[in-house]
Amino acid sequence: MSRSSQSVAHSVEVIDLNTHYGDRQILHNVSLEVKQGEIMVIMGGSGSGKTTLLNHLLGLMPPTSGTVRILDQDLGRLTPLERQKLRTRTGVAFQSGALFSSMSIGDNIALPLREHTDLDPTTIGIMTRLKLEVVSLAGFENLKPAELSGGMIKRAALARAIVMDPEVLFCDEPSAGLDPVVASSIDDLILRLRDAMGMSIVVVTHDLDSTFKIADRICVLDKGKVLALDTVEAIRASTDTRIQNLLNRRTEEAEPDPDAYLRRLLGDTSTPPDGTPRT
Amino acid sequence: MAGGLGVDKLTKMLDRLGRWAVAGVAEFGFGAALVGESVFWLAMGRKRRQPVRLGPVVAQAMEIGIGALPIVTVLSGTIGIMLAIQGVYSLKLFGAESRVTLGVAMSTVREFAPLITGILVAGRSGSALAARLGTMRINQEIDALTVMGVSPVRFLVVPALVAMMVMLPCLTLWADLVGLFTAGLYIAPQLGSTMGAYVNEVTSLVQMNDMLHGLAKSVIFSVLITIVGVVNGASVSGGAEGVGHMTTRSVVHAISAIVITDMIFVFMVTR
Repeated sequence: MSRSSQSVAHSVEVIDLNTHYGDRQILHNVSLEVKQGEIMVIMGGSGSGKTTLLNHLLGLMPPTSGTVRILDQDLGRLTPLERQKLRTRTGVAFQSGALFSSMSIGDNIALPLREHTDLDPTTIGIMTRLKLEVVSLAGFENLKPAELSGGMIKRAALARAIVMDPEVLFCDEPSAGLDPVVASSIDDLILRLRDAMGMSIVVVTHDLDSTFKIADRICVLDKGKVLALDTVEAIRASTDTRIQNLLNRRTEEAEPDPDAYLRRLLGDTSTPPDGTPRT
Repeated sequence: MAGGLGVDKLTKMLDRLGRWAVAGVAEFGFGAALVGESVFWLAMGRKRRQPVRLGPVVAQAMEIGIGALPIVTVLSGTIGIMLAIQGVYSLKLFGAESRVTLGVAMSTVREFAPLITGILVAGRSGSALAARLGTMRINQEIDALTVMGVSPVRFLVVPALVAMMVMLPCLTLWADLVGLFTAGLYIAPQLGSTMGAYVNEVTSLVQMNDMLHGLAKSVIFSVLITIVGVVNGASVSGGAEGVGHMTTRSVVHAISAIVITDMIFVFMVTR
């Protein structure tokens, strides 16, 4: 298969992204870029805006302002047809798996091939089983998603995300809600995928162990702003208290403004909590 | 002070009315856009490498049409007998019971068969569609389709719409036959005639025009049921409770839309 990926400078490029839910600003001037073959982990606590950022990267939500470029194509300027073509070059593994519950695991994984290629059923069957082998789910293709465990669903979702051999893979909380052993096996899988297929991978997570294990670079989001964007070592060595709090699982410092606290208790809504994201 | 408070209340009420109206118009627009997009995928899908496939259409048609056959048979049969009894009773009042076949045949073919079938299918399949799409939405399955580059409208809505548009007229036709037959079972002995004579009378009375009147309505109903189900399913938020709420809403809206559209159609066509 001929690929144009060699000429792509950045697999993912985000420039000055701002988003609002109603009057509340969720993302503030977020910028980041993911190089080809790199694993970028977007890390942040609940309500840091990382899910919103992912939705922008996937083109599921238009931002208020700013640019998202995937494989050198501006998401905001694509025609529907170009967008459809771009989406065959990216893969997404959702947090809950988002497998189609009415279809078997095999049909789930085969769906992108059936919809986007002219391959014959035998070839599609082979490619489906190949991806199931990659995620160690061989032999489970006839089961329905409801019959799988949480870890198996995440692996099946990964298999579906990579069935078209994407150039960019997005993973939403790949290890959330799994026990440490299974979570670690998913991390290994992500590393293997990058090494074997050379894809760029964007992982959104709040799991520290998995972040340090898989990341080439880390983007720390806090209250909708990029707090730090650097290599694993640099983030570990950072002296920023907010980052250290996140890394050492310390809770945030006490309320800095007692007046604001009192106003909130009294139900005074005239001063909205500016920029405080949803938890 | 009191006047100020009254004005305040009034503006709040107007505000709510305005928001409600805007939401209603938006929902209507969403429905219209869905119809447009469905037609687009039917016509252009192959060119865009996203054809509407026959398999899902047939599966939906089986579910919507064949699955509803028993209940449509029972209810249209019951309504045929009911109309016959009422018709004979009311016409007897001025000694015109021999004309009962005309009344029963017209009201079954033009009104009751399409209406009852529509309401049944709205309750059976419209609600199922809303619940299915709603569950898929909260499970991020719709997002998954979108990011795969598969249009959810092409993949989920068009098969249901096509199946509904084919099966609802078929079911209506079946309801016509069953209703007229059971009505005959009551009418023939009441008038002291035979079933053969009744069938002859019906076939001479019911014109092509009357059949088409009923079938045209059932085609309109099929679009209404599908679109109302999809709009409600796609607007689900807030977990399982949201799915239940929107499913109920879709049935109520679909049946209201059917009855109101029926009246408008009759007003436009029959006067």
